[in-house]
Amino acid sequence: MSHTQTSGSSDGADSGPDSEAVATHAAPAGGAPTPVRQRRRSRFPTHLIVFIGPAFAIYTVFMIYPLLDSMRLSLYGAEAGDQIFVGLDNFLRLLTDDIMSSRFWNAVWNNLLFFAVHFFVQNPIGLLLAALLASSTLRGRTFYRTVIFIPTTLSVVIVGFIWQLILSPLWGFVETPLLGQSSTALLTLSLMSVWQYVGIPMILFYAVLIGIPEELVESARVDGATGWQVFWRIKFPLVLPTVGVVSIITYIANMNAFDLIYTVKGALAGPDFATDIMGTFFFRTFFGFQLQRGSTTMGATVATMMFLLILAGVLLYYFSWHRRVEHYEL
Amino acid sequence: MSKRLRWMAPVVGAVLVLAACGESEDPRDEPEDPAGEADADDGDQEQVELLIESWRNDDLAVWEDVILPAFHEEHPNIQVTFQPTAPDEYDAALEAKLEGGTAGDLITCRPFDVSLDLFESGHLESLNDLPGIDEYGDVARSAWVTDDNSDIFCVPMASVIHGFIYNAEIFEELGLSEPETEEEFHALLDEIAAHGEYAPLVMGTADQWEAATMGFQNIGPNYWKGEEGRQALIDGEEQLDDEQYVSVFEELATWSEYLPSGYESVTYPDSQNMFTLGQGAIFPAGSWEIGLFREQADFDMGAFPPPPPEGQDTCYISDHTDIGIGMNTATEHPEETRTFLEWVTTAEFADLYANSLPGFFPLSEHEVELEDPLAQEFLDWRDQCEQTIRNSYQILSRGEPNLENELWDLSAQVLNGTIEPQEAAERAQDGLERWYEPHQ
Repeated sequence: MSHTQTSGSSDGADSGPDSEAVATHAAPAGGAPTPVRQRRRSRFPTHLIVFIGPAFAIYTVFMIYPLLDSMRLSLYGAEAGDQIFVGLDNFLRLLTDDIMSSRFWNAVWNNLLFFAVHFFVQNPIGLLLAALLASSTLRGRTFYRTVIFIPTTLSVVIVGFIWQLILSPLWGFVETPLLGQSSTALLTLSLMSVWQYVGIPMILFYAVLIGIPEELVESARVDGATGWQVFWRIKFPLVLPTVGVVSIITYIANMNAFDLIYTVKGALAGPDFATDIMGTFFFRTFFGFQLQRGSTTMGATVATMMFLLILAGVLLYYFSWHRRVEHYEL
Repeated sequence: MSKRLRWMAPVVGAVLVLAACGESEDPRDEPEDPAGEADADDGDQEQVELLIESWRNDDLAVWEDVILPAFHEEHPNIQVTFQPTAPDEYDAALEAKLEGGTAGDLITCRPFDVSLDLFESGHLESLNDLPGIDEYGDVARSAWVTDDNSDIFCVPMASVIHGFIYNAEIFEELGLSEPETEEEFHALLDEIAAHGEYAPLVMGTADQWEAATMGFQNIGPNYWKGEEGRQALIDGEEQLDDEQYVSVFEELATWSEYLPSGYESVTYPDSQNMFTLGQGAIFPAGSWEIGLFREQADFDMGAFPPPPPEGQDTCYISDHTDIGIGMNTATEHPEETRTFLEWVTTAEFADLYANSLPGFFPLSEHEVELEDPLAQEFLDWRDQCEQTIRNSYQILSRGEPNLENELWDLSAQVLNGTIEPQEAAERAQDGLERWYEPHQ
């Protein structure tokens, strides 16, 4: 076998004891025969391919390709089992056909509400919990941290089932059918989801808060700052970039959400589609429901719209927040 | 890692990639050649194996312990295996297996369009000339025939009947009797409500389908005159916003005051539990509940068919075709498969099936005696009432919006009081008019 070919340079295997270090760091070192060859080698860092290669290959095969193929599929229509290119017809139908578009915008709107509840409830509660956990006088910190984080690791099916029982007018603690009325169902579901995932912002904020050097806080104290001022003037600005990151992660997760609604309300997301979000709308369109036949092409169209909405959100975040918010070196 | 072996990493990687690209042989693709050839050579005495595809994994024990042994006794040379898939995966899995040529010889058929599609794409054999297929009436056949009635492609196997199951102990305690008319039904519900201890009707609207299936489709046939109305709707002679359909929604709306409190978020399992715990009096039901209720309830139960409105002599019941069984065109043993299907049409099969699965009724016209009195009660209605099937199942749910889904949504909303009966009927009709030609 010729290892000369695969190792990238003809002298790779023979260049002495430290050739491994040379190869992996692509840095000039002794023992390399000529400067010319050495420069050529440093210009082509083979190890990058080795490190990036597997992830890139897997990501391409399992993420990028399916994504692009699903976008391609959204440009096709199905007729008598064959797929024909129809251009943007599916999108046109999705956005103009009164039944499709009302369901679609209903799902988008519900989805944005679902996210809004997460944004305005999960972040403050997460920050509050993190601040409490980070306070030096709290006892049993690890215990609380673990307990609050546990729901995040639970299956959504379990969370949905337990909350459904707790909120059941028959067996639970609440008289009003919170999950059954169109006015309250979506809010209730959002809060259930907030309850489950509040551990994630908490742990991220907490990590930032405990990373703030004690000297900073102490010198502020010496300058006469109150605890309130220390938090809002010193700690909060340092947490702010993380708020952005948490929000965008939440946004992506929420726009892709499906499992909780499906578990609690089923794919028809009742009552009267009050809890229908993009995920359930996609599910019904793609796989069909009961006697309704699914449509792969229309499903792909909905999926593409989901992707575009998420993309829009991420771009908005990137340009209006991420590039403006101040990052402090500690 | 030794530097001498360093070159191996990319090589091994490349080898793995190449190996993955190679033509692989799936052992499942292997046709049962040895057995198949032996059959041809040795004639009748050789064992033939048949496989049944099904979504009824709940019934596995019944098939293995009761039904199939009876068949094997008569046909020792045919070995049949029941191979169920999870219900919600069945359709997709079956289609994949049929495309790949690995599906079983016998296919359990969903009613209507799913099976019709399979027939039209050539996966199901026409059974017009199967001896015994004449044992089935038009309603029974309707789920597995082509639109023009020219081909039947599955043997109708079982139906479910709608009605009301009641807690006989509560009825005795309150001195109540089964209602004969809708007026009596309302008086009965009022009486239970006045007593205050039990929920008169046990149902919720959280899952939506109960409102449509056990509500609308349960009492509806009395209003639209069963098959007559169902056909008229398909032909476009009647409309969903006609008086009789509005009346169904109106009657349904009156139920809401008799349902348990907070019924908007009561799910199907909730209501099943509530009834079997003895907290409610009457359960708008499908006969499939019998098995579970027998297991969980420790009180006597009775049943009555949906009581017809005042002044109407004929009663109509929803006797909905649910399960059929057909023949895979790609089977290697067409003769034996036909033998099995023929056996399914016999009185013996009907008797075995109905008695081991109380609540699923044979569709053939053989007289069957059921050991379960509650199931027998349901079955007796066939002699007293006209039968029909759910009106949204044949043809009318092929378009967008889907009538069945619409009825779920609208029935649940009528019960929740978020839509008026008249408006619900109009919305259903509007939906149908959007795509269904006879209604345009």
